[in-house]
Amino acid sequence: MAKQSIITVKNLVKNYGDFKAVKGISFEVYEGEIFGLLGPNGAGKTTTLEIIETLREKTSGEITVDGFNIDTDAASIKKRIGVQLQAAGYYPNLNLTELIDLFSGLYGIQRSPLEMLEKVALTDKAKAKYKELSGGQKQRFSIATTLINNPRIVFLDEPTTGLDPQARRNLWDLIREIRDQGTTVVITTHYMDEAEVLCDRVAFVDNGNIIGVDTPDHFIDQLVASGFERPKQVKLANLEDVFINLTGKEWRAE
Amino acid sequence: MTNQEKPYSNFKATLAITRASFRSIIRTPSTVVFTLLFPLIFILVFGFISGGGVISVDVGVAKTNDTLNPVYQALKKVSVVHLIHDQTPEQMEANLKKGSIDAILNIQKNATPPVFTVNVQSSKASGDKMAILRSALNNIFFEINSHVTNAPPPVAVIKEDTVAGREYKTIDFILPGQLGFSLLSTGVFGTAFVFLSLRITLVIKRFFATPVQRYSIIIGEAIARISFALIGALFIICIGHFAFGFTLVHGVVTVLNMLLLSLIGVVVFMGFGFVVSGIAKNESTVPPIANLITLPQFLLSGTFFSINVFPAWLQPISRALPLTYLNDALRKVAFEGASLMDVSHQILIMAIWGVVIYVVATKTFKWE
Repeated sequence: MAKQSIITVKNLVKNYGDFKAVKGISFEVYEGEIFGLLGPNGAGKTTTLEIIETLREKTSGEITVDGFNIDTDAASIKKRIGVQLQAAGYYPNLNLTELIDLFSGLYGIQRSPLEMLEKVALTDKAKAKYKELSGGQKQRFSIATTLINNPRIVFLDEPTTGLDPQARRNLWDLIREIRDQGTTVVITTHYMDEAEVLCDRVAFVDNGNIIGVDTPDHFIDQLVASGFERPKQVKLANLEDVFINLTGKEWRAE
Repeated sequence: MTNQEKPYSNFKATLAITRASFRSIIRTPSTVVFTLLFPLIFILVFGFISGGGVISVDVGVAKTNDTLNPVYQALKKVSVVHLIHDQTPEQMEANLKKGSIDAILNIQKNATPPVFTVNVQSSKASGDKMAILRSALNNIFFEINSHVTNAPPPVAVIKEDTVAGREYKTIDFILPGQLGFSLLSTGVFGTAFVFLSLRITLVIKRFFATPVQRYSIIIGEAIARISFALIGALFIICIGHFAFGFTLVHGVVTVLNMLLLSLIGVVVFMGFGFVVSGIAKNESTVPPIANLITLPQFLLSGTFFSINVFPAWLQPISRALPLTYLNDALRKVAFEGASLMDVSHQILIMAIWGVVIYVVATKTFKWE
């Protein structure tokens, strides 16, 4: 895979008054990869993401997204990205079909709602309201709304938080599908197992700084090479494997 | 990059928001209840209890009236009778036909018995107000006549004269007030709730991740709410006209004028809604703040009874409120057949309110 960068962040700083939320971070996201921003709560992941998404002003630094400068071409960037926000709601009293129509209008394009819902296996919920969906369905619908404008990049902020193991795996499959169709994915998560199986590369963010960017494999190899060993020998399966094995992996009617 | 880019259409985005908002409004039970059901219930109640709200009988006093006689003196003490002296005979005549005064009184002293003749001119527009005046006069006569001992012929008689006029029905007063109230509540509550909830549920933030412009969001929402309010207004006017005989002097033209006034009204009231959405911290603080704006107007703007019956110290407050002028203009247009030029004073005051409130709104409104 040619490693062409689609997002470049240079010395990004964000201060809220005296509080320094992001302290001069730099990284690149390559075209066609799933890029993970990992780190504890309050590390600055969401702030960084929302600045790249043009939703928040930065204090200083330089960012280009798909060749456009965030300071001068925010409008062009908005047309090229799909954004899923942590805990965002949807327009009240509308069903999924009407919501897709609304977003199509906001992007100024025509998309068939059924086609969009098919991508995330929600065609049978076309007439349902967002609030009537289960947690996993809500996240899948949110992802559908990020795909309406055929974006070059989608941003997913903690899409799997609070989901059961099946729903989480369903979402991983969906995210991989999106990447396989050529869309770059930037994701934040608290789950390291998720980052390990899903992300092509990850960046660790802590306290407003980036403390490492690499592939998950490389990070693990480095740690092992440094002499690290898990205190307890790991079994060939864990309890989550048992859960999935017992309850089945297929997309279930939630 | 991609070279097949079509120019982005703000118009389409605005329409998409209008459509979504309109659908959402008609599916919100509380909006429908406040905008349509409440006013209709009040119209129904007052439509059936005819004469409800009659508190004062306005009586014009003719210039030729003898003011020294005991009948007149006694009438001055009757609290429901409101005597008016400052109108010319022509004004009184016109007002009598319109129903804004209920009768013209002219008491004459006679050389021969009966000593006084009480000439009372009323019109169909007076309705049951005339009955109240008649019973007040009869009481007075009974007292005066009984004071005169051993005088069999009555001291005073009433001579009634009825002129033709439009009948001023209770509905003609109640409906414009209820319409004004409906516009006030949908403008203030609806707008405040929508923008607050879109803000705190991050719907607006999600919108901002799309190319949509801020003004598209405001205009889209406004078009939806105004359309809903005007459809509601038309509905109320039609029910009032066909079911309760609400007077529309010039028919369709009157309806169009009323809708235009409704439009001005709801735009002004939406300004209050924008201010409330900016001040309120969460959904439970919207009703108290919004009530602070709607309740005084509901009570003091002549929704249920004419502001003339309020004590003098309260009237300046009533005359400061925008709903007073909307109600007033709606009544003049509907019953008196006034043109929009005739109510330009009322429109001007609403416009001033509009300018002031939108200046405040731009200072208090919050997107996030």
